Amino acid sequence: MNARVKIALLWLLVPVSAIVLALAVSSLVLIIIGENPLTAFRSMVSYGTQPNSLASMVNRAVPLYVAGLAVAVGFKMNLFNIGVEGQYRLAALLAAAAGAAVSLPAPLHVAFIMLVAMVVGAFWAGIAGVLRVKRGVHEVVSTIMLNFIATGIGAYLLANFLRKPRLPNELIIQTRQIPPSGHLSPLTVVGGEDLRSFVLIAVVLGIAVYVLIWRTRFGYDLRASGINPEAARASGVDPGRMIVTTMLISGAVAGLIGMTDLFGFFHAYTLDFPTGLGFDGIAVALVGLNHPAGIAIAALLFGWVDRAAQILDLEGIPKEVIIITKGVIILSVVIAYEVVRRIVQAQEIKAAAEETRKLEEKREAVPA
Amino acid sequence: MDERTSAVELKGITKTFPGVVANDDINLTVEPSEIHAVVGENGAGKSTLMKILYGMLRPDGGEISVNGRVAHFRSPKDAIGAGIGMVHQHFMLATNLTVLENVVLGSEPAHAGVIDFDEAADRIRELSRTYGVPLDPERLVEDLAVGERQRVEILKVLYRGARILILDEPTAALVPQEVEELFRNLRELRERGVTIIFISHKLDEVLAIADSITVIRDGHTVATVKPQAVTARQLAELMVGSELPTPETRESTVTDVVVLSVRDLGVRVADRWALRNVTFDIRRGEIVGIAGVEGNGQRELVDALMGLLSPQEGLIRLGDADITRWSPRKRREAGIGYVPEDRHLRGLLLPSPLWENSMLGYQTMVPFSSGPWVNKGGAHKRTDDVIHEYNVITPGPDTSALALSGGNQQKLIVGREMVAEPKVLIAAHPTRGIDVGAQAAVWEHIRRARAAGLALLLISADLEELIGLSDTLHVILRGTLVAKLDPATVTPEVLGSYMTGAREAASA
Repeated sequence: MNARVKIALLWLLVPVSAIVLALAVSSLVLIIIGENPLTAFRSMVSYGTQPNSLASMVNRAVPLYVAGLAVAVGFKMNLFNIGVEGQYRLAALLAAAAGAAVSLPAPLHVAFIMLVAMVVGAFWAGIAGVLRVKRGVHEVVSTIMLNFIATGIGAYLLANFLRKPRLPNELIIQTRQIPPSGHLSPLTVVGGEDLRSFVLIAVVLGIAVYVLIWRTRFGYDLRASGINPEAARASGVDPGRMIVTTMLISGAVAGLIGMTDLFGFFHAYTLDFPTGLGFDGIAVALVGLNHPAGIAIAALLFGWVDRAAQILDLEGIPKEVIIITKGVIILSVVIAYEVVRRIVQAQEIKAAAEETRKLEEKREAVPA
Repeated sequence: MDERTSAVELKGITKTFPGVVANDDINLTVEPSEIHAVVGENGAGKSTLMKILYGMLRPDGGEISVNGRVAHFRSPKDAIGAGIGMVHQHFMLATNLTVLENVVLGSEPAHAGVIDFDEAADRIRELSRTYGVPLDPERLVEDLAVGERQRVEILKVLYRGARILILDEPTAALVPQEVEELFRNLRELRERGVTIIFISHKLDEVLAIADSITVIRDGHTVATVKPQAVTARQLAELMVGSELPTPETRESTVTDVVVLSVRDLGVRVADRWALRNVTFDIRRGEIVGIAGVEGNGQRELVDALMGLLSPQEGLIRLGDADITRWSPRKRREAGIGYVPEDRHLRGLLLPSPLWENSMLGYQTMVPFSSGPWVNKGGAHKRTDDVIHEYNVITPGPDTSALALSGGNQQKLIVGREMVAEPKVLIAAHPTRGIDVGAQAAVWEHIRRARAAGLALLLISADLEELIGLSDTLHVILRGTLVAKLDPATVTPEVLGSYMTGAREAASA
């Protein structure tokens, strides 16, 4: 089909234009600070394509991917869960503490930790959902507040209750170590870099989210509520229950963001645990157009850029440049998406109008 | 054409845009100080043409002259500058402001940044005297009746110096008595030299008020005629290009079995009873019509029946079950169908494909889902059925709803509800905005469903549709049912007098 190929090519324009624009702006910045962009990009590419860098890219992409999924579930019904950050950090802390406190056979232990994380994440996000339904508090406001509260509660719990008794001269503050039955051994080791096995769980999670949103009745209700809440309500969707349920799901997914680092690297919740993943998730969901496949590509792209940028320090180039690159990618994807969406929509309307005209001519030719 | 320069002359106006009926070689000459009606079915291109004349759209080709001078309007501002004013079908008034404030809004007479309200009030009084449009500038718009609000709109454009008025479906929201009042005002304006372009699809009104009538069909100007020279029937045939159907139902199919029963229903909205003491029954095979001026509780009645508003008083029963507290979904599953008043607001998921739209409201039922899963195949098949039975013109079930014309969207909604074979159908304006052929088809489907036992609550602004289809007719006024009339004997005029409260009680 010619028209379909054309539309597919149009969609391809979104990522292509975003990357081209990001490269252009980053080059400009590099030139302004007196660096040669070509050298920078060349060393990024040669470093970023080494096998261990590729493994690292995947490892970095996994939590971003999970965060993107968590945000996208909310976005699909116009719920802005800005609280993914707080949800995942609280979930990681409590799941780590719970995991260290029990002893279970290996697969069950991992499953138990994930379950705790999902329940905690869901609970924390659910607060925002209930506040929205019962008190009309907008979820953007409440989830931002809940992020601060989560940080405070997390620090308090860690310092007073969940902290591993400190050995003399030990400075690090962390929970007790999870026993090996609650670890996930790497899938394989590439050039000295572990390829963590949580990537498999992430893939399953992505498929599950896809099926839930695009193949189930619940997903239909969710998307309908996002597209036209009034029509969804008239069709029998209970908007309050939908908001709470969606926040619970989004929070449960958010709870899993820290798991790849917990199972594959730290084996405890420490103050070194990565922060900001929840906010990166918003960017990844935007760039991935709220679709699990798109989010995967976006997460891998961001993971690669993060990894490849490490080399810039060795070249004497400030790697903060890469933040600008990512920012430009986000902005241009959002803009290009909107532009292409309008073009595709106009094409679709035109095609339908054309078809309608043909059908009407045919009908007129046959006497009624 | 005579020596006088025309007030407005449109030559060969063409406008194409996808999905909508365009203007194709439109020619229209409006003489000064005449009331010139432009008639055509919904979607014939009237609105597009008027938007072009008012500078809201730019034509692809053709020429506009105003008072003999060629005009190129880039925005309504240019059109106002040339003395053209538009009174929109939906009033654009701030109801919490006074008449005075509404009229001057956007062109306030100011001295050093301070609005001179006294000067404005004087000008408004002068205008309403000169043009015979009585209005008190100090009153709040929210206290005004619909007809008075329309006068505010007319005054607004006169205040801005317009001598050529475009009135877009001005009688749509008015009851017959208010229409008479409007016509008196329009004739008055004409006497004072104002030129009026009157857009409508109500032929009797057009014949009563217009000096000349231009008929538009499928984006073309078909004919310009004098009202003395044509009958309503001939005009209709020009408009449609074929015969006009009537909505009459034939022999009664009403049974004794009460399907939906409403008792003393009361709904409070913001400390006010929007609905009170409403009691009626709908039996198997019966169509119960609700007539009323918009905003007299129809919306609250529909919402209460669908479970979207919970009533403070009264009882709703479906068969033997008390459904007063049931959720909308439970009501849907129990067999209550719903054609919403506004298809875009409540009836459709515009960017979604038709098959997803045809499951809206039925997503928990066969064939659209089985258990927790969406049954895409079943939904496609059902959508195909709706498309064929209701003649929805579309490439197929995967097209998105926004690619359909308004009439086809409406047919999809009516079809989706009817094909599901509900026990009760709550239909608000089921044929609003669809062409005459499709309207006749919908009426036919309604009649057939009624014969098969459907209980239908019909809310409509089209009095002929109400009288023609209903077995029982209630009039709603300020949230209560004030009269029960026999559609076999009632006329639109009598119905109108009940709707405004001019005539009271004395049930027929």
